[in-house]
Amino acid sequence: MFLHEARLKRQAVLDVLFRNLTRVAAFTVLALLLAIIASLVIGSMPAIRAFGFGFLTSSDWDPVMDRFGALIPIVGTLVTSGIALLIAIPVSFGIAIFLTELSPRILRRPLGIAVELLAGIPSIIYGMWGLFVFAPLFADHVEPWINDHIGPMPYIGPFFSGPPMGIGILTAGIILSIMVIPFIASVMRDVFEVVPTLLKESAYGLGATTWEVLWKVVLPYTRIGVVGGIMLGLGRALGETMAVTFVIGNAHELSKSLLMPGNSISSALANEFTEAFGELYTASLIELGLILFFITFVVLSLARYMLYKLGKQEGQPS
Amino acid sequence: MTSMLDLYARRRIVNAVGLLVSMLAMLFGLFWLCWILWTLLEHGLPALTPMIFAQMTPPPGSDGGLLNAIAGSLMMTLVGTLIGTPIGILAGTYLAEFGQRGWLAPITRFINDILLSAPSIVIGLFVYEVYVVHVKHFSGWAGALALAIIVIPIVIRTTENMLRLVPSTLREAAAALGAPQWKIINFVTLRAARAGIITGVMLSIARISGETAPLLFTALNNQFWNSNMSQPMANLPVVIFQFAMSPYEDWQRLAWAGALLITLSVLVLNILARVLFHQSATTH
Repeated sequence: MFLHEARLKRQAVLDVLFRNLTRVAAFTVLALLLAIIASLVIGSMPAIRAFGFGFLTSSDWDPVMDRFGALIPIVGTLVTSGIALLIAIPVSFGIAIFLTELSPRILRRPLGIAVELLAGIPSIIYGMWGLFVFAPLFADHVEPWINDHIGPMPYIGPFFSGPPMGIGILTAGIILSIMVIPFIASVMRDVFEVVPTLLKESAYGLGATTWEVLWKVVLPYTRIGVVGGIMLGLGRALGETMAVTFVIGNAHELSKSLLMPGNSISSALANEFTEAFGELYTASLIELGLILFFITFVVLSLARYMLYKLGKQEGQPS
Repeated sequence: MTSMLDLYARRRIVNAVGLLVSMLAMLFGLFWLCWILWTLLEHGLPALTPMIFAQMTPPPGSDGGLLNAIAGSLMMTLVGTLIGTPIGILAGTYLAEFGQRGWLAPITRFINDILLSAPSIVIGLFVYEVYVVHVKHFSGWAGALALAIIVIPIVIRTTENMLRLVPSTLREAAAALGAPQWKIINFVTLRAARAGIITGVMLSIARISGETAPLLFTALNNQFWNSNMSQPMANLPVVIFQFAMSPYEDWQRLAWAGALLITLSVLVLNILARVLFHQSATTH
């Protein structure tokens, strides 16, 4: 009898041990996030002290004079991601529609898997392709046309004129869009599949066309999830390093034209960090990293919140 | 009556145009991706000679291979996975089995989802700040550590999802037999979810084998053979980056070979993971 009780007690102790072991592991994730933020803040302290909030609005980048500002990389990051979303949203929307509603049954699975596999291709491959294949073609055939036809236009003209170099903000945005298309498309497809068949069938039963079902049933039902998927793609695009670094040109210049080379936060880090000399230079680069982390943190939080709301709505009568 | 017909015709035209456009979008997406894969094969296959696996990375202008980079990548991926996987599985278990109440689970879940897509270059910066700065040189350990941090959230996510798929009747049956909870989890639920968890680990390996940004500030690069993890270590992604950006043609050729190698291994890992998961799903 005593033996039995002792064994029970031992199992209870093991239970507590195991539960706490898993809890520590879960806590590691929290600690990791806090440690990342703390280390970035500490690392960028010299730059924060030296430049204050002026760092965000200054376009200086002069390692020799020790004067740094984040404006150019921040603008570059936001503009390239903006271009990427502008192209990727409609295309991934079309792909998701095709995969959920149009594709013949036999093609649906292979095409879906193809899209998911392509979302997994390392970004350095996109960067290399952009540098060696896309940029030369873009410089020879597309940029002269843009210069001739869009360049003279009022208002938007100045954004589209410049020497046809192939590399630049616009090229980086396009490469980035090709990279995030499979990613956004697969999230959107998953989101579309959440819609109860009953709802769609009711609409078809009332005589709606496929397009009407999509716009008036599927999209309103999944609106939050679709936006969440787009924000996830935006998070990817903002933090992407290799696909951008190859083709953005790495020039610390603020120019109106999208055809000119620029810089993004991640490519400035990739190119300059290991070669940075002096405390202030390194600290400024780390502060760039902190800003990038902050921006993506906000975007990704919003994305997760929206996808979470869609998940809650799923299964409830609406 | 005619206006009715007009309305029908218009709706049908809108429908046809809309569907056509979405089909074009699919073709547009596939077009770029096929083009990229084609380029990769076109430049990579001719460069993929047996020398790649037999020689070290050369100085510009002479022959060489990628042996040290391949070995370095394999070692760091292995160590990164070995560090990240246990933490990921344990934390995923906590979320799925103990995470019903309390404040830790929802917050962890949220933070984990953020880390899942956090910019990998920032993770490189983090490891640089907490490790490289203190030991004062780049090293293979630092690279492996950065990769481990990328592995953890992926494994947590898949482990939790897979454990949730295990029917609770299994847990109840084991509990009714008098099994303590740690035994239920280790010998019943985790075992039932094994295939799914292995899938998650494979996907995380696929993800880190192509990561470049976190290795730039941690493992850096090494021109020579090195099996000492506390020295700077060559690895495929950084070598590809450096060689592709260089003006030398033989370096660029090697970069293409490396790019093809990485892409192939990522694709193979992804497909294997899918097949494995599909098989286990159909046998259940």
